[in-house]
Amino acid sequence: MNPSVDALRATFGDAIGRAADVCGDTIVSVRRERLYEIMKWLRATPGQRYDYLVDVTAVEYRDRERPLEVVYFLRSLERRADLRVKVELDPTGDLTVDSVTPVWAGGNWLEREVYDMFGITFRGHPDLRRILMWETYAEGYPLRKDFPLRGRFSRAEQVRQALNANPEAHYSMEELSIAEAYTELPADMRERLRKGERGKIPHSE
Amino acid sequence: MSKRTVEVELATPGLGARGQPARVPLGVAADQTVEEPEAGAEHLLMNLGPQHPATHGVLRLVVELDGETVVRVIPHVGYLHSGFEKLGEYRHYNQIIPLTDRTDYLSPMANNVGVAMAAERLMGIEITPRCTVLRVIACEMSRIISHMVWLGTTSIDLGAFTPFLWAFQERERIYNLQEMWTGARLTTSLTRVGGLMADIPDGFVEALRHFTSTFPNTLHEIDRVLTRNAVWAGRTQGVGVLTADEAINYSLSGPMLRASGVPYDVRKDKPYLEYETYDFDVPVGEHGDVYDRYLVRLEECHQSNRILEQALDRLPEGPINVDDPRVILPPKSRAMNDMEAMIYHFKQVMEGVKAPVGEAYVGIENPKGELGNYFVSDGTAKPVRWRIRPPAFINLASISKMAEGHLLSDLIAINASVDIVMGEVDR
Repeated sequence: MNPSVDALRATFGDAIGRAADVCGDTIVSVRRERLYEIMKWLRATPGQRYDYLVDVTAVEYRDRERPLEVVYFLRSLERRADLRVKVELDPTGDLTVDSVTPVWAGGNWLEREVYDMFGITFRGHPDLRRILMWETYAEGYPLRKDFPLRGRFSRAEQVRQALNANPEAHYSMEELSIAEAYTELPADMRERLRKGERGKIPHSE
Repeated sequence: MSKRTVEVELATPGLGARGQPARVPLGVAADQTVEEPEAGAEHLLMNLGPQHPATHGVLRLVVELDGETVVRVIPHVGYLHSGFEKLGEYRHYNQIIPLTDRTDYLSPMANNVGVAMAAERLMGIEITPRCTVLRVIACEMSRIISHMVWLGTTSIDLGAFTPFLWAFQERERIYNLQEMWTGARLTTSLTRVGGLMADIPDGFVEALRHFTSTFPNTLHEIDRVLTRNAVWAGRTQGVGVLTADEAINYSLSGPMLRASGVPYDVRKDKPYLEYETYDFDVPVGEHGDVYDRYLVRLEECHQSNRILEQALDRLPEGPINVDDPRVILPPKSRAMNDMEAMIYHFKQVMEGVKAPVGEAYVGIENPKGELGNYFVSDGTAKPVRWRIRPPAFINLASISKMAEGHLLSDLIAINASVDIVMGEVDR
């Protein structure tokens, strides 16, 4: 077993849950309240130095009784050691964990993807938006087990929405504000953007 | 935004007094009012893609420009999202393998190997020696074609057309070999859990030897044309620099990470498929710019060629599949004539290969970077979760950081240097 587990237990006590070796990797569960603190400690402490975030993902089991897990794959490049950290969430409860993007910049898109696919909110993430699905996607979170393989909407409804989508909506308000482009849009386009749920429009009347 | 209000008489000037054609006198537009916007006063929003040849697929970049300088890049991905991970939860482990052809479609064989290895680690299967060597051959062939595509498209992005033709010719030769082996040029679906779909056919070893003996010539030609080319160096050196710390912080992997001076290669540092027994070097850059990424990839092609030669030398005889009827389909002749084989055949086709409860992550060094396959099993024949760690997706996330402050034309070079393949970025 990875010696980091003992070091974690010595430092954080009962915030560290089960630990096990599965298929050659050490997996350790931590309490979600102290995740950020633990991650910062794992990154910065000499002797740990997990400086490389390999991946962030989430797992929902078919068994509804089991909690939803957010999985972090950490690696120390200098020690060539891997550690997998898990946080368990109640799928019916509050799906919020602290973002690790301030610790590893690589977490940015990975957490956005988990948010997009599982609906888990990362507190403190600088730019938590959908990434693979479009911003106005309304069918839910595709990788959740209650999400049907073919999507929630009927094919007819999906086609209807695709045909009715306005192309300008593919710019976020933030992007349109770059060049103050909003004021230069034709009136009907502005009207459609105003009607869409696209957040607050800058420089609008 | 202020508008240009130049209105010049565009009527054809008639003939002059002496019959010669009258010319428009120079400076005729000098009196016209031209309201030029003040430089730097306003930023321009520019949309690049998703349908643009320089974005290497359906990547869309919204760029904030100050004159010609990139202030900010906001990438939009997902146009090719196919939900492979969701589809995988509804498929047996062997049925997942064809999905991986379509993720990183420039190196399908390496993806096949990665997903099969993850399933095998989950099930605790040891593959045969011949299969191990053949998988190494598959991985290195993929690395060569992927780097050739990268080299060709990048050189065309930066205005060099000839290397594109040379690179694609070499890729064509590997494609012919892939076709020989698997029957498909792109959707190879080479591996099976516990082995391979097919052994190499007669004449394959000779054909691959012919390739490995002639391929370095092309690499030398490309090297001669590009490496010391003033235009190439000018367009790539010092562009898109990432330091080693930044590269690690952004979780880059593969040639992107190594070009920044971090000597991490999964083949060396967490060896799989007995890579530790091969004699090869890992090129590491020092400046972390587009030029170093080019050098690293070019040298990796040489090293892959070396590995291919060694693999062909040591290719052992023997079975390609493990001797386990629960995992490997019996041959058709036995399935039709032998009761026991028929039962195994039936159970595998109808129920699939069951994996024990647990989870397994296997990262392999793909051409783009570390490709991870993460399986979580609840004991049934279909995974609860199949996660691909997509190297191109994670490498692409750093593009905003790299492009800041560069010219718009450098953004094209930077985007090309990431070596994205949208099938994998969007999955």
